[in-house]
Amino acid sequence: MATRLQFENNCEVGVFSKLTNAYCLVAIGGSENFYSAFESELADVIPIVKTSLGGTRIIGRLCAGNKNGLLVPHTTTDQELQHLRNSLPDQVVVQRIEERLSALGNCIACNDHVALAHTDLDKETEEIIADVLGVEVFRQTIAGNILVGSYCALSNRGGIVHPHTSVEDLDELSTLLQVPLVAGTVNRGSEVIGAGMTVNDWTAFCGSDTTATELSVIDSIFKLREAQPSSIVDEMRKSLIDTYV
Amino acid sequence: MSALMDQDSSGMFKVQQTIGSVVCCKCGVPMPPNAANMCVNCLRSEFDITEGLQKSIQIFYCPECGCYLQPPKTWIKAQWESRDLLSFCIKRLKNLNKVRLKNAEFVWTEPHSKRIKVKLTVQAEVLNGAVLEQSYPVEYTVRDNLCESCSRFQANPDQWVASVQLRQHVSHRRSFFYLEQLILRHDAASRAVRIKQVHQGIDFFFGNKSHADSFVEFLSKVVPIEYRQDKQLVSHDVKSSLYNYKYTYSVKICPICREDLICLPSKVSSSLGNLGPLVVCTKVSDRITLLDPRTLRCAFLDASQYWRSGFRSALTSRQLVKYSVFYVEPPVGEATVGGQKYALSYVLIARESDIGKMLTVQTHLGHILKTGDQALGYDIYGANVNDDEMDEYRLHGRLPEAILIKKCYDKERERKKGKPRAFTTKKLPMEMDESRGGRGVDPGKMENEYEEFLRDLEENPELRFNISLYKNKNYQESDETASMTDGEGAPTVPIEELLAELELSEEGEGDGEDDMDE
Repeated sequence: MATRLQFENNCEVGVFSKLTNAYCLVAIGGSENFYSAFESELADVIPIVKTSLGGTRIIGRLCAGNKNGLLVPHTTTDQELQHLRNSLPDQVVVQRIEERLSALGNCIACNDHVALAHTDLDKETEEIIADVLGVEVFRQTIAGNILVGSYCALSNRGGIVHPHTSVEDLDELSTLLQVPLVAGTVNRGSEVIGAGMTVNDWTAFCGSDTTATELSVIDSIFKLREAQPSSIVDEMRKSLIDTYV
Repeated sequence: MSALMDQDSSGMFKVQQTIGSVVCCKCGVPMPPNAANMCVNCLRSEFDITEGLQKSIQIFYCPECGCYLQPPKTWIKAQWESRDLLSFCIKRLKNLNKVRLKNAEFVWTEPHSKRIKVKLTVQAEVLNGAVLEQSYPVEYTVRDNLCESCSRFQANPDQWVASVQLRQHVSHRRSFFYLEQLILRHDAASRAVRIKQVHQGIDFFFGNKSHADSFVEFLSKVVPIEYRQDKQLVSHDVKSSLYNYKYTYSVKICPICREDLICLPSKVSSSLGNLGPLVVCTKVSDRITLLDPRTLRCAFLDASQYWRSGFRSALTSRQLVKYSVFYVEPPVGEATVGGQKYALSYVLIARESDIGKMLTVQTHLGHILKTGDQALGYDIYGANVNDDEMDEYRLHGRLPEAILIKKCYDKERERKKGKPRAFTTKKLPMEMDESRGGRGVDPGKMENEYEEFLRDLEENPELRFNISLYKNKNYQESDETASMTDGEGAPTVPIEELLAELELSEEGEGDGEDDMDE
């Protein structure tokens, strides 16, 4: 079920948080409201870690990760890296990468199986992504924009892309990602979906400006209505086994 | 996938892009994506771009002259539901520069409802690039208010602010007839409130000083004039130091006319290169052309040059007498002066009234005179002229006995007597000066002078240059050709030069486009 919230009166939730199936990162805000909103949804299921990256609060845009690993930019300090390694579950590999394009959250959009990358990303980075996150990497653009991480929100069950994406592009991306995609908006018509919301397989968080229509679209494409955390985890396990066989 | 790929002109494969549809973020209706990602109705309900724009306004209209007031002082003439009115209405709206105006049109209202409705379509940018278009009506309340000039006119219809008093101190009115035609042709007196004919001149009254100014400018271009400007205080607003004046221009036309004989003062004569003391004035435009009939030399004097010396003519066209030409010798010299051909030759002539006395004189009309012709000229031998210079020359015996000026067509005109002319002229709406009793103009004399003026026009094509002549509807050509069986007729205006009068049912007259000459 999608939740509407704000970080310090700002509706761009995806900037200040990162949500995956195995953990959740939130930025350190002035009040505890942001954190408690996440906690009320996710408390016993996955760890919620308060952190900063490189001293900034825009952690959602700087890092990219899924249940297998987390990639942080070279601006991350050693203490932050250590804190992350300590707080996150052991199976999550935290890796700092040296990459000119350091806003990894904007450049990489990923779920547990496949990732879309900025077209100008280094070859080594691409290899590291494939290695650490355990995904297949595709260099793509979305509606002509190279910042794939900003303009789409992806989970294992579906995805939303920039509203101006053409039908052919949508088909192509859908084929690549193997999930249903829809072109939509968030936060009352904002096209920057990656920054406006954050999603995993059973829950999503959007800015409070999101209209009811947008919320229903999110609910339907990410299949959040019938979702329960445990059933999702089981289903995931099943599908994983399926693919390896 | 190949079906979707097109090859464009550069040879690259380009995938065909079809725009998908998203749902409107507010109402959920599917729509093509736009910059705001909201459907038009939701956008409209959110943002009203006509907010803060004027929707009703008052405008003032003068019922007398049909003008609308553009504050603070300009009155703009516009027809009901015309383009001018539309642009005026739009200009009156404030704040319209905040949005972009796409379209404006009138909505029909009852003409006497005193309301004008305009439907405006405006475009404005809302919300990160989405452009919204909206149309809305503006209502104008029309209030009647006489404009300044109309109210002044209502209070006193004869009110004038500037007057031009045009005078020429000669005994005939020929120049004024010619000037009248010129003025009609150039429409120079169209803004005159009143035109009055007085002794030796015409008065023009204008409502505006600049109109009078431009009229005087026009005059200075067509005749040599000297003028002075005076003003008289009418009223005085002490608080704002505004002074209301009546301006009067006293304009004097130079008294030298065509066909005048002039005895130049020695100073002028020597400054013009010793031009013979007796000269004939051949043309008056903005310069006076003086021709020495004995040497066929010409000199031009413009207004300022003339008024420096201010000489008067010795003999004017009233003193022309008829001569019979008995013999014309072959010309000894020819010249073309100012477009006119002249030929110097000796002729044997005698005065009509004194046939016995034969004279041999030099004349510049050798090119048109033939034996048996009649000519008009000045009898210098017998003239009584009040001119010291001329008397001096006479003493020294250096004056010719007669000078011929032009050929006389009276015999030919006899044939046409009583028959109407092929052309007519228009007149200025002038008031006659009744008030001056004995010194007022005599209508019979005016008729004669006008007849002479028309004859002048017929004989001189260069005079007709700047004048409009109109076809006479009553004139039948058959009469003319039947009677012209022998010899040459009197000179007439060729029919190609005449303009047809344009008759409109509502208005009076206008100019036709029949003229092939000009």
